[in-house]
Amino acid sequence: MIDEISDEKLLEIEKKAVRIRELIIEQLVEAGSGHTAGPLGMADIFAAFYFHILNHDPKNPDWEDRDRLILSNGHICPVRYAAMALAGYFPQEELKTFRKINSRLQGHPHRTSLPGIETTSGPLGEGISQSIGMALSAKMDGKNHHIYCFTSDGEHEEGNTWEALMFAAKYKIDNLCVVIDRNNIQIDGFTEDVMPLEVLSSKYASFNWQVFEVDAHNIRMVVDTVREACAVHQKPSVIIAHTIPGKGVSFMENRFEWHGIPPDTADVAGAPPKGEQAKKALAELRAIREKLDGN
Amino acid sequence: MLNTTLKLKDNVFDKDVEQRSTREGYGEGLLAVGKADDRVVALSADVTGSTKTDLFAKEFPERFFQCGVAEQDMAAIAAGFGVSGKIAFISSYATFSPGKNWETIRTTIVYNQSNVKIAGHHTGIVTGADGATHQATEDIAIIRTLPDIQVIVPCDSIEAKKATIASVSVDGPIYLRFTRDKTPVMTTDETPFEIGKAYEFWKEEKPEVVIFGTGHLLFHALVAAKELEKEKIAVSVVNVATVKPLDKTVIVNMAKKAGAAVCVEDHQIAGGFGSAVAELLASEYPVPIEFIGLADTFAESGKPAELIEKYGLGSNAIKKAVKKVIARKKS
Repeated sequence: MIDEISDEKLLEIEKKAVRIRELIIEQLVEAGSGHTAGPLGMADIFAAFYFHILNHDPKNPDWEDRDRLILSNGHICPVRYAAMALAGYFPQEELKTFRKINSRLQGHPHRTSLPGIETTSGPLGEGISQSIGMALSAKMDGKNHHIYCFTSDGEHEEGNTWEALMFAAKYKIDNLCVVIDRNNIQIDGFTEDVMPLEVLSSKYASFNWQVFEVDAHNIRMVVDTVREACAVHQKPSVIIAHTIPGKGVSFMENRFEWHGIPPDTADVAGAPPKGEQAKKALAELRAIREKLDGN
Repeated sequence: MLNTTLKLKDNVFDKDVEQRSTREGYGEGLLAVGKADDRVVALSADVTGSTKTDLFAKEFPERFFQCGVAEQDMAAIAAGFGVSGKIAFISSYATFSPGKNWETIRTTIVYNQSNVKIAGHHTGIVTGADGATHQATEDIAIIRTLPDIQVIVPCDSIEAKKATIASVSVDGPIYLRFTRDKTPVMTTDETPFEIGKAYEFWKEEKPEVVIFGTGHLLFHALVAAKELEKEKIAVSVVNVATVKPLDKTVIVNMAKKAGAAVCVEDHQIAGGFGSAVAELLASEYPVPIEFIGLADTFAESGKPAELIEKYGLGSNAIKKAVKKVIARKKS
């Protein structure tokens, strides 16, 4: 059961979200490669899950009654690694090893490398199916934990996604909640230019899913919506989370150019020159954090 | 001569030798492991009857999941089961699984080390009349190249059942390869079977050639051995059901003993079982090798026996390969 969120807790989570964004930028700069826009856009959701919604134990990551958080779009893993480090799954220092040799923090997450990672992911469209297997296992075993699957909007172009949606509705998998990172961008451009997905909510509804939509940057609304989604019976539920890619860094917001590159590796329209980007991004995030600290 | 210590069928060369498909052995094995272990779940992609998964589905409807024509979904759902304490079997025609869903298997089952058993059906040209679209002849190649998965190709229905049951004792991914057509039953319930072990079915004191066979064509290798005996050509025939990991000891020792080898499989020569044997022997003990398999071609519709003859996979082709490799050894 997920509690309502108090004002105090809300502020704490908002601060965690900014800290997650700073750690995302630091990881990417240190690695010299990786994805920027998606992780920044999902920082509020990850903060809400790791610090309020999930029933989990960072010191006992294999605890069998834990909620499962499946990250289908594995390329945004810097946000997960940052949230996990802050939650105590591993030392923050280890974030510096992201994408480097001999690291547990693979460029795309690998289950058997890092405790607390539930699936190996990166190739798109496979997360909901795997979540279904976990959700059915939980039901067969009489367990009450919940399965949350984070997906991207772009990976809805994969046929596997729709195969999974049909299956989940057929088997009435109501211990599964899918959260879509609806940031409207993918590598080649805006999703509606590459392959239109709208009306996404109607598509899910017609596949017999319970559909919710939420402003992903309003953490209180996110928590309330997940509470509602978890109460749905006899149907799988989906939350279309409207995210701003690059959220928190002015020159990255809503720019698809930042999908698959880290700061300071390329000159991007509207951004500071190479060499200044990470510094500027971290300065902006620090300012947000200091403002929250002043509250 | 037939290796009597292995308790093979003594009427194996008779016209009325029992004929059964390896998929039947799979169905019986799956049912047996379902009865023995309630962690076992089975998934199908609309070919439940023809993969013989129906035996399990009827007995355990609550542990059977019909995925519809969706092989990627089936593989990834199984991966979710396999990391949640279940032992998941997925069944479809091998051109679709592991063909169509190969990347899903690579990422979510194999690299993810999920406890999933992949049953590939309708393999080889003996799939017959359906034609090349449904004759999986590349599946060994695309699966064995993946790290950390075992590959088993049973030679008959009895070995198929044993392999299916044994697969549960391995905590991790396994690929099991089955055929649609009825083929001679060579082994008995008493014939030893262990994953990773190769067995000398036809034994000679001083073989000039060793024939390594996998799958149902092993019968054709035995027929070739018996006929070559009349021509005073001594060969050994080794059943290599576990294609990965290979039984290095037996294969290398037999290569040393015979000094030449023929590899036999109902699969493309490129990348298949023979390639695996060649990789091993090239580094451990190089000997001349001839390969029986599809020579870089798709097959076609036809009766299994006709296809075996036309594409050179039967006993006549094997005998020719034996003579050729002997000549190479001597030259």
